[in-house]
Amino acid sequence: MPDLVLVDSGGSNLGSVQAALERLGVAAPVSGDPARIRAASHVILPGVGAAAVAMARLREQGLVEVIQQLKQPVLGVCVGMQILFEHSEEGDTPCLGLFPGVIRRLKPAPGIRIPHMGWNQLRALGSHPLTQGLDQQHAYFVHSFAAAVTESTMLSVDHGQSFAALVVRGNYHGAQFHPERSAAAGAQLLENFLGLEG
Amino acid sequence: MLAKRLIPCLDVRDGQVVKGVRFRDHVVMGEIVELALRYREEGADELVFYDITASPEERSVDRGWVEKVARQIDIPFCVAGGIRTVEQARSVLHAGADKISINTPALQRPELIDQLAREFGSQCVVVGVDSLAAEDGWRVHQFTGDPERSRESGRRTLDWVSEVQSRGAGEIVLNCMNSDGVRQGYDLAQLSAVRARCGVPLVASGGAGAVDHFVDVFQRCDVDAALAASVFHSGAVPIPQLKSALAEAGIPIRPH
Repeated sequence: MPDLVLVDSGGSNLGSVQAALERLGVAAPVSGDPARIRAASHVILPGVGAAAVAMARLREQGLVEVIQQLKQPVLGVCVGMQILFEHSEEGDTPCLGLFPGVIRRLKPAPGIRIPHMGWNQLRALGSHPLTQGLDQQHAYFVHSFAAAVTESTMLSVDHGQSFAALVVRGNYHGAQFHPERSAAAGAQLLENFLGLEG
Repeated sequence: MLAKRLIPCLDVRDGQVVKGVRFRDHVVMGEIVELALRYREEGADELVFYDITASPEERSVDRGWVEKVARQIDIPFCVAGGIRTVEQARSVLHAGADKISINTPALQRPELIDQLAREFGSQCVVVGVDSLAAEDGWRVHQFTGDPERSRESGRRTLDWVSEVQSRGAGEIVLNCMNSDGVRQGYDLAQLSAVRARCGVPLVASGGAGAVDHFVDVFQRCDVDAALAASVFHSGAVPIPQLKSALAEAGIPIRPH
């Protein structure tokens, strides 16, 4: 049984992510305690809203360096994924710097509405235990900022342009979509994450 | 490619799903969570709960059910009805709703849209627009939840659609009142006109009666989602068959 901890990064989806894990039979206590977070086998950083708000929430709790130094599998969700990068254009926000690159605003185009809101199809670019069963599946997205496709991108998605849906670098992982609202595909991602060696 | 969404709308009163002859004589249809799970199983892409609980003193209503829904279902859902302040929106979002939808309160106090977008991000701020044809185009109506108070707001629909976007709305639900409840199809002319003004996701509402109506609204108006109530509740248009028909017509959907 994984000893998972949810970090309170200020997102209103905290309870929904917790419930998604409980549906899988996994307890997911929320903690802001550095010792508790360091001791967990798996750490999830949920997030909805603005990058600056999420970073401020981590700073308030003294968790920036704690998260930067974790060795166990870490999963950021939506804004929780975006703040793993160096910087976000949203509110010109310095972030955690665990992935190289900048989170940029998506560009509207004819027929391409922003926010990118709804179910979109995932495409596997690399092979990783986290992407098991997810290629070609639909997942639920709702966001206006995104990470470019790089070598750390394991799943991409297209909406006017191609961008990162799932990123992996060392023990850090991030999903731009919402596993807690992506029906079977979401449950699959969480199961894959819980299956990573802690 | 982003899939077009199908959104059943459930009316909620005092914590239960009801259906009524429009605004009165509501009959209880069942428990919220049970019906939400049924639609999720059938392949609904999202749900809207329209809270019609009467609140004459403009008090906030009990929304304990929001948290129950949030814990049980794994597709996104939006709560509409009776949200007038940032604090009310916060409590609904923190209970686990993915989006909140405002309608008459936005007409009375447009800056509410800016406040909500600033506080929670545009992605969870939906503005519902009840619109009716007038002599000089379409006009927005307000207080449409109450037949005694329902009236024209003095705003042109196309102007209001532009304004709510500039204030930070992340999605617009256009409810075409002429076609609402008549089941003769969505108002394609109006939805096309609004689409031309709308750079955020647009949800068509009002008039769905048959599978073809959904095909038409996606093909001809390029809306992002179609909302319906009675055709889904009555079983007249089952969602799995609807999705097959949309896929055959070449419309991108989330396969079930």
